[in-house]
Amino acid sequence: MTKISMKVNGKEVSGEVEGRTLLVSFLRDTLGMTGTHVGCDTSQCGACVVHVDGAAVKSCTMLAMEAEGAEVATIEGQANADGTLSVVQQAFQDHHGLQCGFCTPGMVMSATALLKDNPKPSEAEIRHYLEGNICRCTGYHNIVKAILAASGQLEGAIAAE
Amino acid sequence: MPKDSGIGASSKRREDVRFLTGAGNYTDDINIRGQAYVYFLRSDIAHGKINKIDTSDAEAMPGVVRIFTGKDFEGVGGLPCGWQVTDRHGQPMQEPPHPVLAQGKVRHVGDPIAAVVADSAAQARDAAEAIVVDIEELPAVIDMKSALKDGAPKVHDDLTSNLCYDWGFVEDNREAVDKAIKDAAHVTTLELKNNRLVANPMEPRVAVGDFERGTGNSTLYTTSQNPHVIRLLMGAFVLGIPEHKLRVVAPDVGGGFGTKIFHYAEEAFCTFAAKAINRPVKWTASRSEAFISDAHGRDHVTKIELALDKDNNFTAIRTETYANMGAYLSTFAPSVPTWLHGTLMAGNYKTPLIYVNVKAVFTNTVPVDAYRGAGRPEATYQLERVIDMAARELGVDPIALRRQNFITEFPYATPVAVEYDTGDYHATMDKLEQIADIAGFAARRKASEAKGRLRGLGINCYIEACGIAPSNLVGQLGARAGLYESATVRVNATGGLVVMTGSHSHGQGHETAFPQVIAEMIGIDESMVEIVHGDTANTPMGMGTYGSRSIAVGGSAMVRATEKIINKCKKIAAHLMEASEADIELKNGAFSVAGTDKSVAWGDVCLAAYVPHNYPLEDIEPGLEETAFYDPANFTYPSGAYACEVEVDPDTGRVTIERMMAADDFGNLINPMIVSGQVHGGLAQGIGQALLENCVYDENGQLLSASYMDYAMPRAGDVPSFEIDHSACTPCTHNPLGVKGCGEAGAIGSPPAVVNAVIDALNSGGKKVAHIDMPMSPARVWAAMQG
Repeated sequence: MTKISMKVNGKEVSGEVEGRTLLVSFLRDTLGMTGTHVGCDTSQCGACVVHVDGAAVKSCTMLAMEAEGAEVATIEGQANADGTLSVVQQAFQDHHGLQCGFCTPGMVMSATALLKDNPKPSEAEIRHYLEGNICRCTGYHNIVKAILAASGQLEGAIAAE
Repeated sequence: MPKDSGIGASSKRREDVRFLTGAGNYTDDINIRGQAYVYFLRSDIAHGKINKIDTSDAEAMPGVVRIFTGKDFEGVGGLPCGWQVTDRHGQPMQEPPHPVLAQGKVRHVGDPIAAVVADSAAQARDAAEAIVVDIEELPAVIDMKSALKDGAPKVHDDLTSNLCYDWGFVEDNREAVDKAIKDAAHVTTLELKNNRLVANPMEPRVAVGDFERGTGNSTLYTTSQNPHVIRLLMGAFVLGIPEHKLRVVAPDVGGGFGTKIFHYAEEAFCTFAAKAINRPVKWTASRSEAFISDAHGRDHVTKIELALDKDNNFTAIRTETYANMGAYLSTFAPSVPTWLHGTLMAGNYKTPLIYVNVKAVFTNTVPVDAYRGAGRPEATYQLERVIDMAARELGVDPIALRRQNFITEFPYATPVAVEYDTGDYHATMDKLEQIADIAGFAARRKASEAKGRLRGLGINCYIEACGIAPSNLVGQLGARAGLYESATVRVNATGGLVVMTGSHSHGQGHETAFPQVIAEMIGIDESMVEIVHGDTANTPMGMGTYGSRSIAVGGSAMVRATEKIINKCKKIAAHLMEASEADIELKNGAFSVAGTDKSVAWGDVCLAAYVPHNYPLEDIEPGLEETAFYDPANFTYPSGAYACEVEVDPDTGRVTIERMMAADDFGNLINPMIVSGQVHGGLAQGIGQALLENCVYDENGQLLSASYMDYAMPRAGDVPSFEIDHSACTPCTHNPLGVKGCGEAGAIGSPPAVVNAVIDALNSGGKKVAHIDMPMSPARVWAAMQG
């Protein structure tokens, strides 16, 4: 077991991990931060997306030890300081961009990363960017709509309901 | 103006806030002090005789608490089947035992052989690798028709064959149907496969068993759509735990789509093992494990014949279907190809004679059971494909052929034993034609052709049956369960309400939609109503959520319980205002005396019920809590018309969905935003079935498509934004809300639309392509174009 330390959502954290411990297991099992989810074992579904030093990363593809000293952001840290939802989170609620909620943490983290890099993505760019995030409930329609709304360009972007 | 609250309002979902902030409580988020972890050693061959299981090395591994095998479950019941089908000759289906852990034989890849319980999940997995299993491999049967041949290896040695049942429906129609087909002016025949799918809710299954030594009570936390059903099946049939000593909790559940209805071995194991080792036991499926242990869906092979007279009226339908049951009977498997499929074969059309034959077959594959739509997509797909093919053969317009044969008078008794209460199939088709801009299709096709692409338009209709009921009828059909739903409405002294429902939400938004109904009935704010579900300890016995039944059956139970509350409140209000009960009216959250300005607020009446100082104690009890159990008079029958436009790249065979359109009749809507979301999700699953998803077994029974690397889930780039409408609405006549259910429609209506569109595209390019089986991968489409 090795002791590792990192910043998660701005707070210093540390814990003992095995060499094989994944970052997602460190978050969920060691820190008890269960907002980040595991939906597959082949790095396909994206339910586990977090930000590591500002980049969107599937936390099931990264060893916890690799995040030593990093700044990690998770779904638990996305809301505003006053407890209100972030622009992306609020858009997901306003446009029914989630149903069962299981893929949602990864979707929100991916969408947030997308808008940081590309503040006004087209519908096609959003769909392409989300290829690493699988949702089984929404058919993606309202996720795309929520991201367009969060980027302030919903009007006229989607022809009809 | 759209409403901003109550029935018909698109209220934002209150559950979203916890899901969006990482504060959901899914089963894998539950950890109990002292818990151990189980890893299941599963068969990696499809069929074999277990000679010996040597666990001695594994038992000595670090952290191992105990290793269980089939021997430990010899005194325990098998997993029960909840539906007994009677065959054409009046005989019950063949029903083999389904042990919790394999006993003597393994029958599919994934069949659990041993269970290692250890201090950590990693230790359990490590130790499982040290178990030595000596299995004598036996020939496997994978293909259904081969499994029925004389001398085929038997999945279950004690059965007479691999035939579960040979079902005929309606058997009395058989000769008349044969004659009508013989005498028909035209018969269109189509053989097709309804591809095997994996439901793939994004949350894999999880179970946590707990045993409380002090009380002798067991608790199971599980990813279930119906915790009461699990409690009954597991308690009564598997482990012999009386229901009052067993609690089953299904907390936030990350999608179900049918595959979380069933009672699984892992649930029984964790409950059993927690007591055996006196520690909580947790199991979390990996996705790879889900592929070989979650019940699969569909997998029908069908021949359908449609007979028409000289004026193109449908005169008869005859079908023969082989339905894969897999290696064991999953909880509701026998009902899917029979009562959820044969009864839907009339579709939207007045075909006078129908005969459906279904042979259900055991094979060395994962058990198959209900997946979103369950039987109804299979019925719709074959019917709407054969109609499209008939239109092409006869050179008539596929919409006109459908319209000519629509059922137009309701109620309508079909020749397959059901009675549609309402519907207006022309109205949904009218809506669809508007959305689809059929007149503009020729120009769109030209534009595609200018880019070197073929463009096709596919149209179809569907009918669905939701809220399967009534219980006394389904009992005659072989159901071993009731199909009512329950609700307890508890009004607090200060006027807030808690509704404990037997329905279960795993994405459907009950916590938002159900309060809209109650708020409207009483005239209070939705925020005054809280929904409790998913825990047998604090909800009345209910049957859970599947088959698009929540609002039609669970919602009706809630309405009935609320009506009881309102009636009692009127008695209290009459007493408080010294008026006659008959004169009391409830409006906008206040009780008033008709024709006067006397009024008492909702909250004051509630308080009087719990502080009964000035109260008619001689007539009614204090308190405000009522329960209702609602058993519907009939199914509900949502219907609709769907359209799809595709482009096909003739060089690669790749299909892209350019437009996907749906016009549905769901009866009255509670929350249109949620309804739209349900349709969107169904459409994507239907597109997935039509173009991408497929469960592939090799001839030895190895599942080749057992991960997201190999099983093509629809992704955001595979589907378009959808164009949908649900304004052509005919309310259900036999439930208090006039609702029909909307959960499965999208997945039922969309696959034939996509296939019809691709066939249309290919034929527009001059190729005579009659049919391509799903999934229409580029390779299949390209190959069809070379023919």
